[in-house]
Order: sequence, then C-alpha cells, then structure tokens
Amino acid sequence: MTQATKQTRAKILLVDDDPDVLEIYRDLLAALPSKPEVLTATSGSRALTLLKAETFRLLICDLVMPKMDGLQVLAIVRRRFPELRTVVLTGVQDEEFRSRAYALGIDMFWLKPETQRNMDMFLQCIESLLGQDGQGGFRGVQSKGLMDIIQMESLSQSSTILRITRGALVGRLWFQAGELIDAEIEGIRGEPAFRQILAWKSGSFENLPPEPNRERTITKPLNALLLETAQAIDETAAPGINHSPESETEMVHRRTVWRLASLTREGADFIVVVPQGGKAEGWGTENTEELAKWASAASKVCHQMAHSVEAGPLLHLEARALDHRLVLLPKKKQTYLVGWPTDADPARLPERSKKLVASWDS
Amino acid sequence: MGLLNIFSKPSPAVQRLPRGSLTVDRHGQVVATTISSTCPTAVVQAIGTEVLRLFHQAREAQMPLAELNLHFASLQITAREMRGGAVIFLKPKDPFNLMPQT
Repeated sequence: MTQATKQTRAKILLVDDDPDVLEIYRDLLAALPSKPEVLTATSGSRALTLLKAETFRLLICDLVMPKMDGLQVLAIVRRRFPELRTVVLTGVQDEEFRSRAYALGIDMFWLKPETQRNMDMFLQCIESLLGQDGQGGFRGVQSKGLMDIIQMESLSQSSTILRITRGALVGRLWFQAGELIDAEIEGIRGEPAFRQILAWKSGSFENLPPEPNRERTITKPLNALLLETAQAIDETAAPGINHSPESETEMVHRRTVWRLASLTREGADFIVVVPQGGKAEGWGTENTEELAKWASAASKVCHQMAHSVEAGPLLHLEARALDHRLVLLPKKKQTYLVGWPTDADPARLPERSKKLVASWDS
Repeated sequence: MGLLNIFSKPSPAVQRLPRGSLTVDRHGQVVATTISSTCPTAVVQAIGTEVLRLFHQAREAQMPLAELNLHFASLQITAREMRGGAVIFLKPKDPFNLMPQT
C-alpha cells in the first residue's frame, strides 16, 4: 500500500464492551469500499485515550457498557471532538435513549442489525458518512455557496421557489424559467431582499412548487445582480479598507438605529449580547453590565448542569422576573439575553427571541 | 436462594434521565424528592444546588426571579422560587417531540 493511500484512508473507532462484537464489526467495516482503518476499544475511557492520540473520522459506540456508558462517552466526545462523526450501534431498543443520543448530536442511531438486509443498509450508511467531508455551506449541497445554488437554478431554466432558511429567518426566491423574478424576507421584497439573503453563508434550502402568477419585482438580469451583490459583500468584508472617521461614526449610528428599530418591531424591551471574553453590549437597558454578568454566569451553571445530568446542550432558558420575561439563548460565540414585557405570550417567546437574534446577526 | 445473588455480577445499564420533583431549602439541601432512587443522590443534589445558584445570582444582578425554565436538548427543568429555596420539576422530553437544535 502506498503512503498516499494510507493517508487518505479514513479511521473508524469502534467501541463495545463485547470483544466478539468488536471482532465481527471490525472485519465488516474494514471490508467497506473505502477500506477504512478500524480500531477498537472495549471501554469508554480507552476510546477517549485513543481519540486523544489519533485523528478519527468516525466513532461507532455501543450504549450499554460498564463504568462509562455510551451516552457519557458521546457527551464527552461532543465537547472535546466536535468535528468527529458519531454513530450509536446498540441492542437497546428504547426511544428515550435514541432521543437523548440524537440530542447529543450523533449522526445516526442504529439497532444492531439482525438481518443481512439491515446489515447491508448499516454498512452503506457508514460508507456514506465516511464519504462526507466537514465543510460548511448549505445543507444538502455542502460544498456550494448560495450563489452557486442560485446559478444552478438559473442554468437549469427551472421554475421554482427556493426557500432558504437560516435559523429562524426564512427567505424566498422566485424563479420563472430560470429568471429571478422576486425575493422576499421578513416583509422586504425585491432586490434589497435578494441582497440580504445572499449575504448568508450557511443554512438550508428547499425547492417549492412554482407560482406562475407571482408579481415581478426584479427586472435586472440575474448575473448583474449577483455581481453587484458579490462586490458589495466583498467590500464590506475586505480588511484594510480605510473608512473615514465620519463614515465609521455614521455606520455605528446607522447600526444602532437599525437595531433599536428591530427591537421595537419585534416588541422586545431589551437585548444584551455577551461575547465570549469580550465586552457585553446592551440595547434598551441601562443595566447591561449586571444582566451580562448574570447571563454569563447562568450559561456556565447550565453547562455544568447539562454535563452532570447528561441532558444534552442548553437550547434556551426562560425566566420570569418582576418586570420582565427573559429568554437566554446560548450561541457558539456569544450569549443573548432578551427581555420581554410581562404580558407577552410566554409560549411564543423562545421563537420570537430566536428570530430577533437571527436578524441581529445578519 | 438469595445467597447466590452475592456472586452475581451487576449487569451494566445506561443511566436514565431523572424524572419527578425535588424541593430544596435556602441552604441547598434536598428536603423532599420524588425522583427515583436509581438516580444518584449526588446528581439530584447538584441539580438543586445549581438551580438555587441561578436564583441567587439573579438576585445579585438586581433581577429577582420567580420562575426558571431550562430547556436542555433532552430534559426540561422548571423551578419556582420558594422563600429562598425552590421546588424543581424534572421532565425528560418526549422522544417524538424534541425541539430542534439551534
């Protein structure tokens, strides 16, 4: 075997307390078309040591194991090795464990196959997982940006509605025989909506049936529009461009006005943004520092609690204070604390907060 | 016959999520609980202590809270402040109705 082949072979770590199972699955997996290298571990602690020492593409883990069970292993793996793909392979048929495993971010949950057909399907899924790389992009077309997807729609002369979702934000693009005729996001239509949607770097999309009678708001050719928008995005992102002090002040002022307007539009009282290790910013409150301190401490406490109970990550926290209802949303790089009036409908607050935060980041 | 059980090895099992309620006093001590005894006492105690800490830190931030709802991916914790202590409800999420991860 050449050195190049060795380097491209994916590594799989198989964890099960039953050595017989390990042996069988090691042979089966090693015979996959991509010829992965399969290593085995009979305990969670041994698996973690191996993961620390070597780089693996995929972890296949049993649930029921002595000392450290599979969910414990997965909880640790998710934190320490977020890029690693994970699969549960177990004999335990219990919906609670299945949902908890998915909540911990696994890629697949498999009951140990009992028929040849199931085994074939399992092996096909593993082969498919090994073939996927970890690049960003849009779900379904991982290596392509939104611009590529739009160009593909145009080139294929299709009539469709492209529905693009980024968090709680939803944008739509109307195509008629390959021509872009309309765009809409959050009540904005036409070219401004198209520009806003095109700035998204990740998300998911789906094709909906066309609307032939949709009113046309975009008349510019798609290529010209793409070029203009790409230039605008590049100019915003390009480092080293000297803005005059006036234009910078103006930009800050404009951003503040826009953010306060979006707070008012959504009906929230305040929002506090706490970046990791940075200075917190607050809009609509004079108590930013204290609120940020609590938001930061609460995130840490919840993280600790999630770890000790193995309940998966914190999705959001809701709280009722004397004069506000609060929603705390932890994100990768920062934590958001949104304050709502006490008479706001509590059932809708998490969704409204997510929407506000998604537009805040755009 | 029970004698033979002494030599039997306990079979490994996956820890289930705690379900039920617990009451903690102002010092963080668990005074009553309906959570199954299969859930380790240390975990129940840790939940009580951490929830009280959240209430306490909110008071320090001039924002006393009456109620807290923590939505984890597979567990929901609801806590109501009660004279410095708290009553806490733990409810694993319905496997068929999980909230999407953000």
